[in-house]
Amino acid sequence: MAHRILIVDDEPNIVISLEYLLKKEGFEVKVATDGDSALLQAAEFRPDLVLLDVMMPKKSGFEVCESLRADASLADLKIIMLTAKGRDTEITKGLALGANAYITKPFSTKDLVAQIKLLLT
Amino acid sequence: MLQVWVIVLASFLYLGVLFGIAWYADHRADHGRSLIANPVVYALSLGVYCTTWTFYGSVGRAAANGIGFLPIYLGPTLLFALAGFILYRMIRVAKANRITSIADFVASRYGKSQLLGGLVTVIAVVGVIPYIALQLKAVSNSFTILSSYPEIVMPASAGAVPLFQDSALYVAMILAAFTILFGTRHLDATERHEGMVAAIAVESIVKLVAFLAVGAFVVWGLHGGVADVFARAAEVPEVARRLTRADTSAAYGSWGTLIFLSLFASLLLPRQFQIAVVENVDVKHLNRAVWMFPLYLFLINLFVLPVALAGLLHFPAGTVDADTFVLTLPMAHQQEGLALFVFIGGLSAATGMVIVETIALSTMVCNDLVMPLLLRMRWLGLAEKADLSGLLLEIRRWAIAIILGLGYLYFRVAGEAYALVSIGLISFAAVAQFAPVVIGGLFWKGGTRDGALAGLAIGFVLWAYTLLLPSFAKSGWLPEGFIAHGLFGIELLRPQHLFGLTGLDEITHCLVWSLLANLGAYIGVSLVRVPNAREARQASLFIGGTDLSGHLAWSGSAGVADLLPLAGRFLGRERAEDAFMRHARSRGLNSVEELPGDARLVNFAENLLAGAIGSASARAMVSSVVSEEPLGLDEVMNILDEASQVRAYSRELEQKSLELTRATAELRQANERLRELDRMKDDFISTVTHELRTPLTSIRAFSEMLHEDPKTDLEQRSKFLGIIVSETVRLSRLINQILDLAKLESGRAEWTVNAVDVDEVIHEAADSLTALFAEKRVTLDLSGLDKGLTVMADRDRLMQVMVNLLSNALKFVPPDSGMVRVGADGSAQEVRVSVTDNGPGIHAADHEVIFDKFRQGSGGTDVLTDKPQGTGLGLPISRQIIEYFNGRLWVESVPGAGACFLFTLPRQAGDNGKKF
Repeated sequence: MAHRILIVDDEPNIVISLEYLLKKEGFEVKVATDGDSALLQAAEFRPDLVLLDVMMPKKSGFEVCESLRADASLADLKIIMLTAKGRDTEITKGLALGANAYITKPFSTKDLVAQIKLLLT
Repeated sequence: MLQVWVIVLASFLYLGVLFGIAWYADHRADHGRSLIANPVVYALSLGVYCTTWTFYGSVGRAAANGIGFLPIYLGPTLLFALAGFILYRMIRVAKANRITSIADFVASRYGKSQLLGGLVTVIAVVGVIPYIALQLKAVSNSFTILSSYPEIVMPASAGAVPLFQDSALYVAMILAAFTILFGTRHLDATERHEGMVAAIAVESIVKLVAFLAVGAFVVWGLHGGVADVFARAAEVPEVARRLTRADTSAAYGSWGTLIFLSLFASLLLPRQFQIAVVENVDVKHLNRAVWMFPLYLFLINLFVLPVALAGLLHFPAGTVDADTFVLTLPMAHQQEGLALFVFIGGLSAATGMVIVETIALSTMVCNDLVMPLLLRMRWLGLAEKADLSGLLLEIRRWAIAIILGLGYLYFRVAGEAYALVSIGLISFAAVAQFAPVVIGGLFWKGGTRDGALAGLAIGFVLWAYTLLLPSFAKSGWLPEGFIAHGLFGIELLRPQHLFGLTGLDEITHCLVWSLLANLGAYIGVSLVRVPNAREARQASLFIGGTDLSGHLAWSGSAGVADLLPLAGRFLGRERAEDAFMRHARSRGLNSVEELPGDARLVNFAENLLAGAIGSASARAMVSSVVSEEPLGLDEVMNILDEASQVRAYSRELEQKSLELTRATAELRQANERLRELDRMKDDFISTVTHELRTPLTSIRAFSEMLHEDPKTDLEQRSKFLGIIVSETVRLSRLINQILDLAKLESGRAEWTVNAVDVDEVIHEAADSLTALFAEKRVTLDLSGLDKGLTVMADRDRLMQVMVNLLSNALKFVPPDSGMVRVGADGSAQEVRVSVTDNGPGIHAADHEVIFDKFRQGSGGTDVLTDKPQGTGLGLPISRQIIEYFNGRLWVESVPGAGACFLFTLPRQAGDNGKKF
């Protein structure tokens, strides 16, 4: 059974590229373009992994991460944070909030896929 | 019977008795039972005023001038009877300040000036020497006369007798030895000599009784009473002249002069000051003395006129010196015993005067002249010597010997030229020079040290020139022409007719000039400057009461360990320890060691020392051990000055510190602002980074995917490449806008200002966007534009703003139903342009936020849900441009009802473009 991946990003072109990339890799993919819908999708879609952008309107990736981690039913969920803000404090903050990995934009598609696979095995 | 040995023996016996009395009085004083703490003793001791000059000279003067002898006694009588308050004040002041002599008094009054003390001492010594000579002359003459008994032979002139046959020399030597024994056996802190005072009181009785005895003998022994004497005198015209002589106006002047002179002499002569002020035990004794002393003077003068008349009647004119009548009348009537008694009376008058005078002078010489000099000679190392009390006594003994030596010398040189009274008057005139500074010092606070020095110096010089030098000249020691023709033969400088002043006797003449100049210089020079703080302090001590006694004198401190040895060096260890012990007890302490090293102790020590070495020297000595600088009032004033300066300075500092605080606050604010700016810059860079990375992310992802999988189907490939291109365009635009904004913000943007037709610019901007509007099927309504609106501005920038606003509106309006309306109108001052859309509108909270860089709305609205392609820099840049032309750019919007962006531009905007 294919792993489910939820893509959370507000940048349409990035979403398009990620969706294409991960589907090609054989994952079941859903997309959310803001924090609130991300949480809804997480509950409904029950993904194995979330690719989470930090800079989003309404609810930031950090807040979403925090909420996800607060949900005991999602204990096994892997979270990879994606952000264009590559400052150390943000990486630390993301990891502290329970993200499994932190990848800065622009990322290498190969590295991203490798990281996802690593977390899902 | 009256052989020489009898006279000598009687004399020595008398001196022995005196010495015994002195010793006994000292002994009693040491045991706390003072013999002289008695107003009668005080009044009697004041009788030291009556010297041989009175004893022998009064009769001589009466024989020459009738009652002309009286003013010498009227002066003191007036002083004591009418001006006792002056004495009272002097005593109080002297006691409070431990004044030891007239020199000390003057020095202390004018700021404890050593120079002034020295000058007063010199004047006193020089001035009083003729007076001492007078005593030597009287004793020696009376001895010579008496020893030739039963014959009455006038002594040869002093100069004619070989030195070692001159009885005056031996008199001088004996008196010196006796005075040294009397006055310098030990050093007393208070410089009081109880024994001496007791002896003087006894001497006063002796000379009074002797004189009264002669008087009684002459009046009732030789004549039938006073009336008989006068009746018989009246019968002899030559004698009667003395009683009736109508004096000239000049002689009346002389009376005034003499009263004036003697008044001050009885106050200012060193011995008078010594007895009346220094030796005074209790100021209350003065109450008795103010009538008892005048009474004494009255009694001792009671028989002057009868004796003088009797002498004149008895001896053929010119054969017997009238100065000797007191002695020669009993001799002529074979009253050996009475004659001897009279001789002893004269001796007592002389010894009393010499003892007190020389002790007083020696104290002054020691304290105010020699010690200050010696202490100044650092190579002598006196300041380090352990015990100086011996040295002090030694100096005083030598001073006594030298003063008497000088007295004898004057006697040899000038003594013969004058009668007793005239010699005495020379001295009186000298000490009268002290009157301005002493009396002035007691009543006028304005007197300064410089004034006192000037007055004394000029008075002394004039006295010497008009009185002392002529006395030498008359004796042949100076050329006679000096008197007759003046110095260098200048008539105006004739010493006894100075500047052509004639018609006065020489004493009055001297007094007029010397006191006039003295007083003038004292006042004039004093007025030159305000008394300094130390003078002012001493002035207030002397004038404004006595209870201040030096409380402000020292701010520093020195311990018992320093002060006791210092006092011991001058007083002797035991005496110093006694005094310190008493001081300790008075402060309720049990031992000297417990005394705290405070200003009170230092003051005490200074006062103690002042008693021994004078106030000026004491101050100098104490200041050498006081750990801190001596703090006179002037220093206090300086400190006050400093304090006020410090206050001013501190005010200044406060001000500065206030400014500093303000500056600090500003700095902090600026710093805060900087930090804010830094944070903003940080945020900006972070945001820029984010904005740049976002398109880059897409570009990279699609590029990699296309690169990895060349077999991507064509449709996908075309779509991906399209995205890559649009993201690249976005990236370029972003970079351009960032650079543009940076240029605007830093003020480095170039502006080309021209008259711009607003309508034309709007149309041009709309034209450039026609395709995009058409693409989204949005209506662009330009019907609300007024024609002919011009502003001074940069055309391209204005176009940039319009394109930005139109494309923003296009971005947010819905496709198909979208509608964007542009309006433009103008007033005389400004042009107003609006761009209205029917998009979702903007929350009030975001009305300003959207003009921030990269802030495309807080996310609280739906404005940006469909993530516009905008960079978030368009509005900030537009605002910068509009504001550059002093216009305003803002938005009016209600969420759900579209938004209206408006800007205004002043017509003359370009004229006052401001820099950013």
